Amino acid sequence: METAPAYHLILEGILILWIIRLLFSKTYKLPETYKLTEKEKEDLIEEWQPEPLVPPVSKEHPAITYDVVTGPPSHKIIINGKECVNFASFNFLGLLDNERVKEKALASLKKYGVGTCGPRGFYGTFDVHLELESRLAAFMKTEEAIIYSYGFATIASAIPAYSKRGDIIFVDEAACFSIQKGLQASRSFIKYFKHNDMEDLERLLKEQELEDQKNPRKARVTRKFIVVEGLYMNTSDVCPLPDLVKLKYKYKVRIFLEESLSFGVLGEHGKGVTEHFGVNMDDIDLISANMENAVASIGGFCCGRSFVIDHQRLSGQGYCFSASLPPMLAAAAIEALNIMEEDPDIFTVLRKKCEHVYSALQGIPSLKVVGVSFAPALHLQLERGSGSRVTDLQRLRSVVDYCLDRNVALTVARYLEKEERFLPPPRLQA
Amino acid sequence: MTESSATKLLNGDACHRTLHGKNASKNGYVKNHCLFQQSQKYRRAREKRQNATTNPSLYQKPFVESFEETPLLVAVLTYMGYGILTLFGYLRDFLRHWNIEKCHVAREREQQKDFVPLYQDFENFYTRNLYMRIRDNWNRPICSVPGAKMDVVERVTHNYNWTFEHTGTVVKDVINMGSYNYLGFAENTGACADAAVEVTHAYGAGVGSTRCEMGNLDVHEELELLIARFLGVESSMAFGMGFATNSMNIPALTGKGCLILSDELNHASLVLGARLSGSTIRVFKHNNMQSLEKLLRDAIVHGQPRTHRPWKKILIVVEGIYSMEGSIVRLPEIVALKKRYKAYLYLDEAHSIGALGPQGRGVVNYFGLDPKDVDIMMGTFTKSFGAAGGYIGGRKELIDYLRCHSHSAVYATSMSPPVAQQIITSMKIIMGEDGTSLGADRLRQLSENTNYFRRKLLDMGFIIYGNDDSPVVPLMLYMPAKIGAFGREMLKRNIGTVVVGFPATPIIESRARFCVSAAHTKEMLDTVKICSLVQRYYQLERHLML
Repeated sequence: METAPAYHLILEGILILWIIRLLFSKTYKLPETYKLTEKEKEDLIEEWQPEPLVPPVSKEHPAITYDVVTGPPSHKIIINGKECVNFASFNFLGLLDNERVKEKALASLKKYGVGTCGPRGFYGTFDVHLELESRLAAFMKTEEAIIYSYGFATIASAIPAYSKRGDIIFVDEAACFSIQKGLQASRSFIKYFKHNDMEDLERLLKEQELEDQKNPRKARVTRKFIVVEGLYMNTSDVCPLPDLVKLKYKYKVRIFLEESLSFGVLGEHGKGVTEHFGVNMDDIDLISANMENAVASIGGFCCGRSFVIDHQRLSGQGYCFSASLPPMLAAAAIEALNIMEEDPDIFTVLRKKCEHVYSALQGIPSLKVVGVSFAPALHLQLERGSGSRVTDLQRLRSVVDYCLDRNVALTVARYLEKEERFLPPPRLQA
Repeated sequence: MTESSATKLLNGDACHRTLHGKNASKNGYVKNHCLFQQSQKYRRAREKRQNATTNPSLYQKPFVESFEETPLLVAVLTYMGYGILTLFGYLRDFLRHWNIEKCHVAREREQQKDFVPLYQDFENFYTRNLYMRIRDNWNRPICSVPGAKMDVVERVTHNYNWTFEHTGTVVKDVINMGSYNYLGFAENTGACADAAVEVTHAYGAGVGSTRCEMGNLDVHEELELLIARFLGVESSMAFGMGFATNSMNIPALTGKGCLILSDELNHASLVLGARLSGSTIRVFKHNNMQSLEKLLRDAIVHGQPRTHRPWKKILIVVEGIYSMEGSIVRLPEIVALKKRYKAYLYLDEAHSIGALGPQGRGVVNYFGLDPKDVDIMMGTFTKSFGAAGGYIGGRKELIDYLRCHSHSAVYATSMSPPVAQQIITSMKIIMGEDGTSLGADRLRQLSENTNYFRRKLLDMGFIIYGNDDSPVVPLMLYMPAKIGAFGREMLKRNIGTVVVGFPATPIIESRARFCVSAAHTKEMLDTVKICSLVQRYYQLERHLML
C-alpha cells in the first residue's frame, strides 16, 4: 500500500484539528440578544415617565359643557331654562311626546320592570322582543329582523359579522361614524368612492374585477360588499339605489344599506329608501336602521332574509355579549310602528314641512343649505369658510346663540376631528 | 387580617378543600391559592395554573380561590365525546349534501347563487352540528320580571331544534338562576318602578339626540353626580350601553404607541375596544401577577417592538369579577404593581359593582382600597341596578376629556330617561339615602346567599370554580352531552340555569353557571338539592369520576 505523501497527511491533520476546534468553540451570538444587567433594568424602569393619561382640555373647548335640557325633548324644548322651538333633535315623526307611546311604555314597565338583567342568550329574551322583531320584519316585508339595544352598535356589529380579514368593502366617503367603526372592527380592505359618484364606484369595481381575473382562486373566497346609507347623516342627500342594484348584479357584490335617517321618513309608507325608489326589498342583502330617530325609542335593528340575519344571532358582538333592550323601550317601538302603519299620512305631512323649511332657508346671506329638499335633517354651512376650523366653529356657535336668544334651538354638528376619515366642514344641523 | 389568624393559616389546614376528610389524592388535585400556602402533601408537581401570591400582606382577609384541574379521565372522555360528535357531524353533512336527509339550513337566493358564498362551509360546522342539537338551552323567552322567579314561555320543536313553536302555555314560577339580578332590583313594584313611571310621564321614553347636542337632560346630570358620590371619585359620565362604553372609550384613551396589558379572560367588549384603539395588546395569564409583572418590566425596559422607543402609556385592563370563572381580580397586588411601574389601571366592574363590598361599592370597597388608586373605573348598570347602560368614573380631567372626545358622547344617543331614573333610585337605596335600610339588607342577604350556596354545592361534591365571595358560581360539567342534559333536566324541575360551552369557555371546560341573587330565599336555594338527583343520574359527583 502506498503511503500518502507527507504534505497530504499534514493538511488532513490540520483540517481535522480545525473541525474539532469549530465543534467545541462557542456559538456566535448575534448582537440582537444583548443582556442588560439588573441594575440597568431598574434604572430604565425608574427613568421611564408615561404621558399623562389624558391631555388637558382647554376651557374654551366647545363640548366641555353641555346644554342642559329640562323637560321632554319634543317640539318645544327647554334649554338652559329657555323655552325654544326644537330644530335640533331627531324627532322626525313627533312621537317622542306621543301619549299612546307613553302609555304602552308604562304598561310594559308595570309588567316587566325596567332592565332585562341579561343578554339575549341567557333569559334576556322577552316576548316583547320577539314581537317587535316579527312586527319589524312584517313592516319591511322581509323574512326576519334582529334587534340591538343601542343604535350605534347596530351597524358597527353587523359589518364585522360578515366581512372578515381579506374581504373587500366599498364605502361612500360620507359614511357616518358608526359605519367607520364597523369597518375598522372588521379588518377588511376598505375602498372609498366619492360621495354618490357611481362612476367612481364602477371604476373601483372594474379594477377589482381585473385583480380577480389575475388570481381566480383567491377571488372565489373573497367576499365583496358595498355599504351605503339611505339618507346620509353628513350630507343629507339620498343614495342612488337603482344604480347600485344594477352594479350589484353586474359585479356580484352584496349591498348593505344603512337607513337610520330614512326609516320612517322616506317612501309612501315610511319603509325607507327602497320604497322611495321602488326597489325590490330582496335585492338588498341587509338593511340596518336605528330606532332612535323616527321611531322615538332607543336601539336598532337589522332586517333581511333569514339566510343573512340568522348569522348575526351568534356572531353579532353587540347582540351576543350585551344586555338586551329594556322591554319598555321595545313596547314603545311597537306602538310607534302601530301609529306608522295606521296613519301613512304623517309621512306626507313630514315631507311637506321639510320642503317648506327648505325653501324658507334658501337665500340666507352667507349660509348655504346642504341637503335634498325632502330631507328632515339639513345642514347649514358657511358660504365662505375662513380657513380655520376653530374660527368657523366659533362663528357658528354665535349663530346658534343668537337663535337661542330668539327661542329657536339649533346645534353645531359635532365631529371628532382626529377620528373621522373625511372630515366634513363645520356646519349647523337643523 | 390579624397576625394570629395569619399564623393559624400558616399551618395549612384551614385552606384545604378536602371534603369530610377524604383523601385529597383520590380527587382531582386541589390547588389552593391561599395566601399562606405551605407545601401541601398532595400537591401535583407541575400545576397548570400557578397563582402564588407575592405579597400576602396586602390583603386584609384571606383570598381563597380555587380552579381545580380537570381530572385526566374526564378530559379524555370529553375529547372522545367531541370526537364522536364531529364524526357524526361529517356524516350528517354528507347526508344533507346528497339530499338523503332533509336540510333545514337557510339557503342563498337563486339570483345570487353565483356570488361569492357569504359563509364558508367550515365556519358553520360547529353551529350546524353541535350547537343546533342543544340549542333549546339558550334564548329561552320569558314573559315576566326577571326576578327571583320568572315565567318561561314554553317552546317545542318538531325538527330537532331547527325551528321552534310556542305552544301558548307558560311555565310559571321558574326559579331564576340565570339572570344577573344580584341585588334583586329587577322588580316592577316598589320605589324604583314608581319613580320610573313618573319620569316616563314627564319625559317620554326616547331622547332623539346625542349627549353633545340636545340629549343632555337634567336627569343625566343628576345621575352623574350621584355616581361620582357612590364610587368616591371626582367625576363620572354615563353612557347608554355597557358594551359600547368599553368599545368607544378605550380608543379615546389610548392610541398608537401605547401598550394595553389585558387579562386572558377579558370580556369581548374590552377586547374590541383595545383592538379599535390601535395600540399594541399583550395578554397576561388570568389573574397571574408574575406574568403581569414580567410583561410590565419587559415593556418598560425594551420599549416598543423594533424601534425600542419608550411607550407613551401603559394601560392595564382587568375586570372586577370574571363572569365565566367567578374569580375576583387581585386588586391590591395590581395597584402595587401599577404604582411601582407607573402604569394606568382600567377596571371593568360590570359584575362586581353593587355585588361586592360591605357597602356595595364594588371590588375597591371589598379590598378596602382607595378609589383614587384606580385611574379609570368603569361599570355597567345592567346587573346590580336592574337598568341598562354603563358609566366611567375617575378624575375630573379624565371625565372632561371624555366629554369632548368620547365616541359615544359625540355620535351616540344618550340614555333613556326612565332608565336613568331607575339607576338613580336604586343607587340611593343601596347607599341608604332613601331613609330605609333596604339597601344594607339586600347587600347582607346577597353575601349570605353566596356563602351558603357555595358551601352547599361543595358539600355535595361538585367542582366549583372561583372565589368564595363571588356571586357567580360556575359548576363544571365538562362533557358535551351533559351540557344539554343538565339544562333540560333543570328546566323540567322548574329551575332556570345557564349552561355554557365552547367557544365561550375552553373546549373541555363546559360549565353551568348560577347567579346568586339577594332576592333568592333560602328555600329556593335549598331546591338546589334537586341538583343532587340530577347529579346522581349524570354522575357529576367527584368521587365517581375516578
